[in-house]
Amino acid sequence: MAELRVRVQEADFDVGVELAALRQGNPQIGAVASFVGLVRANNDGAGVSEMSLEHYPGMTEKALGEIVEEACRRWAIIDALVIHRVGRLLPSDQIVLVAVAGGHRGEAFAACEFIMDYLKTRAPFWKREVTPSGARWVDARDADDQAAERWQEPGTA
Amino acid sequence: MLKILYFAGLRERLGQGSEELELPAGVSDVAALRDLLAARGGAWESLLTLRNLRYAVNQQMARLDSPVQAGDEVAFFPPVTGG
Repeated sequence: MAELRVRVQEADFDVGVELAALRQGNPQIGAVASFVGLVRANNDGAGVSEMSLEHYPGMTEKALGEIVEEACRRWAIIDALVIHRVGRLLPSDQIVLVAVAGGHRGEAFAACEFIMDYLKTRAPFWKREVTPSGARWVDARDADDQAAERWQEPGTA
Repeated sequence: MLKILYFAGLRERLGQGSEELELPAGVSDVAALRDLLAARGGAWESLLTLRNLRYAVNQQMARLDSPVQAGDEVAFFPPVTGG
């Protein structure tokens, strides 16, 4: 059974340390796939000097846990980790880490992408960015909904 | 009692992040609660006019026809933008 790990925190994370911890002590793991999301210095045609991330404490952790559980149900992965930062962030700062350990690369790649796509549309985080013309809440993107929809299983809505 | 939470741009428009409310008679789902709150007028009409407003009941994504009862935690918020 996979040890599911989800963390929501203000502090930065060290990807090397996290990946080493994820695979430590399990020689069945033959592949670790990871994704790191960063603050871009531009968005929707404007420069971004800083960003703040708000979330729904309690629901966030539940939603992330359910997404990881769903990935474990769909693919034979061994372990997974999601770290998402909240609070004030600057361009190039790390926002999110998704890492999946499996026996082989196929399920690790797929589950990592699935977790990220579902996180973008189902986990209650909101970005507010500061641009030269003031602060604004980031609009949700239709492309993110489409990315999540392609994982829809037949017969589900 | 109901605990109601508002997040992100909606929280800013309403000028508050949460409130407690005695479950009003006749309110049995998210849609009825939303309509009741929107009837306060002014910024509260955002609950009807904001595009793609999302709802959660007891920290699970919900729909307009999801049931609401005393003791529930109901949240209203714009589409999520994490990651």
